[in-house]
Order: sequence, then C-alpha cells, then structure tokens
Amino acid sequence: MTLAPDEAPRPVAVRRVLLLPAETWPRILMPLLIGAMSLGAWEWAVRAYEVPHYILPAPSLIWATLLRDWPSLSVSLWITLQITFAALAVAAALGLLLAVLFAQSKWIELSLFPYAVVLQVTPIVAIAPLIIIWVDDIRLALLICAWIVAFFPILSNTTLGLNSVDHNLVDLFRLYRASRFQALLFLRLPAAMPYFLAGLRISGGLALIGAIVAEFVAGTGGRASGLAYRILEAGYQLQIPRMFAALFLICITGIAIFLVLGLVQHLALRRWHESAMRREG
Amino acid sequence: MEGGGAGAGRATPSLRTLLSLKGVEKRYAGGTLALRGVDLDIGQGDFLSLLGPSGCGKSTLLRIIAGLTAQSAGRIDWPLAAHDATGAPEPRLGFVFQEPTLMPWATALTNAALPLRLEGVARSEREARAAEALSRVGLAGFERAYPRALSGGMRMRVSIARALVTRPDILLMDEPFAALDEITRFRLNNDLLEIWQETGFTVVFVTHSVFESVYLSRRIAVMAARPGRIETEIAVAAAYPRGEGFRTSPEYAAICRTVSLALGEAMAA
Repeated sequence: MTLAPDEAPRPVAVRRVLLLPAETWPRILMPLLIGAMSLGAWEWAVRAYEVPHYILPAPSLIWATLLRDWPSLSVSLWITLQITFAALAVAAALGLLLAVLFAQSKWIELSLFPYAVVLQVTPIVAIAPLIIIWVDDIRLALLICAWIVAFFPILSNTTLGLNSVDHNLVDLFRLYRASRFQALLFLRLPAAMPYFLAGLRISGGLALIGAIVAEFVAGTGGRASGLAYRILEAGYQLQIPRMFAALFLICITGIAIFLVLGLVQHLALRRWHESAMRREG
Repeated sequence: MEGGGAGAGRATPSLRTLLSLKGVEKRYAGGTLALRGVDLDIGQGDFLSLLGPSGCGKSTLLRIIAGLTAQSAGRIDWPLAAHDATGAPEPRLGFVFQEPTLMPWATALTNAALPLRLEGVARSEREARAAEALSRVGLAGFERAYPRALSGGMRMRVSIARALVTRPDILLMDEPFAALDEITRFRLNNDLLEIWQETGFTVVFVTHSVFESVYLSRRIAVMAARPGRIETEIAVAAAYPRGEGFRTSPEYAAICRTVSLALGEAMAA
C-alpha cells in the first residue's frame, strides 16, 4: 500500500526575524510602545505641574529609589517569591491529586466539590487573620493563605479536563481491556494537560495576590518582611517613592509569572493542541 | 453462487464460522427497539458489509459485536476464539471509528502502538510492530508526525494501522471513510482490499453507500429501520482483486442495481 503524493499536507514555512516568527514582533513591540508613552506622559505631568513626590512620584524617582533600596527590597521580593511559588506548587500538586480522585469516583466528586467551592468563595482577607493566629509559623500561615486562593482554578480546570475525553477513545481503551490506571495514565491525564496548564496560569497570578494579601494582614506584626510589608512600612513613613518601587516589583513579578507559565504552556502543547497552533493562511 | 443475476444472490458462507449471532436484540431503557432478532453467521476471512439507512441499528450491531454495547437478548458465539478463565470469549478485535479517533498528543507511531502498549508489549517490540503497521498502510516516514500535521486520509490510515497492529481476527469498521472526499475514499478502498487479501482477517464494514459496499464486500447484509433488522443478505460473487476496472464494469453496475433495489424494498417493507 502506498501513499499518493498529493495526500500529505505541505508544511507551512514561517518567516523569522531575529529568531522569532515575523508576526510575533508587533505583539511584543506594541505593548512596550504604549508603556513607554504612558511613562513619558506621567514623567512630564509630574514635572510640568510640580506634583510633590509624597503625592505622586515621577517614574524616574521611583526607579532611582528602586536602585537605592534594592538591597532591602530584593530580600523582600525573594521572600514573597518563595511563598508564591511554594503555594503554587502545593496548589498544583494537591489540585491535580484531588482532580484525579474526583475522576475515579462520582461520589467523591459530589461530596467534596462543594467544599472546594467554599474555599474559593471565602474572602481571603477575612480568614487570613484567623489562619495567622492558628498557625504559629508565619511563613506557613502565609503559604496556606496563598494556597487557598490559588488552589481552586487548578482543581476545577483539571477536573473538567479529566472528564473531557473523546468518548470513542474511551471505547477504544475498553475494547483493548485497558485497566483504570492505564486509561488514567495514557488517556485522561494527557487529555487534561491543556486544562491543567490553563488553570496553572490563572493560579500563578492568584498565588502572588494571595501571598501579598496575607502579608498585608500579617505584616503590621513586624514578623514578616515580604513586599507587602515594605509597602505598609513605606506608607507609615510617608516614603511614597519606596512604596511605588515595591508596587512596581509586585507588578513585574506578576507579569513574569504569567509569561513564564504561558511559555511552559506553549512548550508543552505546541506540537498538538489547537491553542498553541498558528493558524495557516 | 446461486440465484440472482449479475453476480449477486443469496449468501452461502462456505467459510469456517468465526462469529455467530442468534436472535440478538437491543432495546434501550426508554423502550425503543433498536435491533430486532438479528441472526448472522460471519465466516473466517469474510468481508461483510452492513448496509442500511441511518437509524437501522448497523452501528449498534457493530458495537454489540465489539462488546462495547450489551445486547438485551440473544447470544453471540465465537467458536474459533480463545476463551478466558471464566469461559468468556476473547476474540482479537480491531475497531475503526468514523472519526480517526487518534490521541492528538501522541505521534503516529505511538498512536499505532497503543493496543500493544495496553497489552504490555515491550517498547522496542511494539515500536517495531507499529512501524510495520504504518508502512503497511503507506505511512512509512510519518512515524514521528503528530495527527495535527496529517491530512484526513492519512489520519484514517493511522487509525487502520492501529487496528491492524495486534493482527486481529476481525476488523470492525464503522463508516470509516464516510467523512473523506471521494478520491481519498477510493484509494483507501483499494488499499483496504489489498491488505485484507494479503492478511486474510475478517472484516465487518458498516456503510450507508451501496457503491462502497458492492465494491468491497463478498457479502452484504441489507438492513432496515424501525425496528432495526437485517432484511436480506446478498452475496457479491465478483472475483478479487477488484481494481478500478471493476468500478467501471457493467458487472459492478448490475450488482449495484440489485443491491439498490433490495435496499429500496427493505426500506419500504
């Protein structure tokens, strides 16, 4: 049996400029341009109207403060990052594990899913003080708060993914007398991968927010020294440029987490999933 | 061949019986009768088409044979198949769905090797056998390709390679080429016949196309709907190999006419 030459699809050539596909550049350059213009307008407005720096500092002053205070801010950044990533890792592991458990039995899902929703809808600001009182280790308390916020998207997305398997493939596995474990490993988990990664991407940002919110609640006790604590501290001392510098670091961190998880998603799915495919023609 | 003109007539299976259905019925929970009293013997090495309009239960019948759907009444025997410890038959089945039904995250090779992987065959052996199955369906050189990069016809070829990789006793095909364009369908028809003749497995082929069923089969079971049933069986006596010459022959046209009339009668009955 042979394949007719016209049966195979022709591969599409991608034009590249400086290693990246040509149409990727506008997606990088345009937001940067908007950002630069906004910062320019901000700088100009602060100088032109002589706004005092304790009301609104100019971007140049914030940058200078960031460089000056980098030694103390970087330590805080590192602490916040540790809590964020630890919470994200625990959320990913537990979310995946629980979703797999849900996929094994409808009864487990029916019984436990509402409580996952309870975790999701409880305002973290309201329960953070309790957790900080109950848990002695402040780092652990912060981690739990960040985890509560980050956990749900991973759980619900992965649960959806594990149940969104092509019915014919399920039949095929049945036909070949596959065990439950084989069906999970070779069929359900790979099929759930795009959903899990989408959940992870949402949870990355949420873990950071959860960590910051918890630090705000705990921070006044003086035991924590994450970025939120730096913001509170700078606020009390009316060091507004320093406050903005810490805020800037939080934003950059959030963007970086989003981009890194997006890259992970792209690398993991680029060969097969529609979401990672470039449209042809 | 007996009765009927132009190479078509009543079925007389002279092959050893691989599979025997007696009084097979399917009634859904709502009370709808999807299949009524199906009696059917399928010989080893036969090429049988189940031909009928949509809703006649031909896909249901195929799924019952595959063990994917349980029948409500009747029995299915596999006299030649091995039986497990409890006495249940374990025929080696290959199933081809209407859609290619490939795992999008896996290469053509991994997809074709899936049944062997589920059986616990070692990696090197299953990859060698999957590569052999792929080359048999004309896909040598596409082992590392992902389904997304293949055309519809090529994906169906991977699906057929996957069904063949276990060297099944019987290949069950549920309108496998219905979604393909006609030129690709003709090619796959010819290639399927070629493999079937080389290998000698049994095929049960569900289709709603008179032309396709006549071109491929030794025997056609004409089905009717409401309730789903086999109305008549027609043997197609034309010799194999059948090529493009057969497709344009008066003999082919005459058998198609006979089968069309039988299908029309079945639907009117």
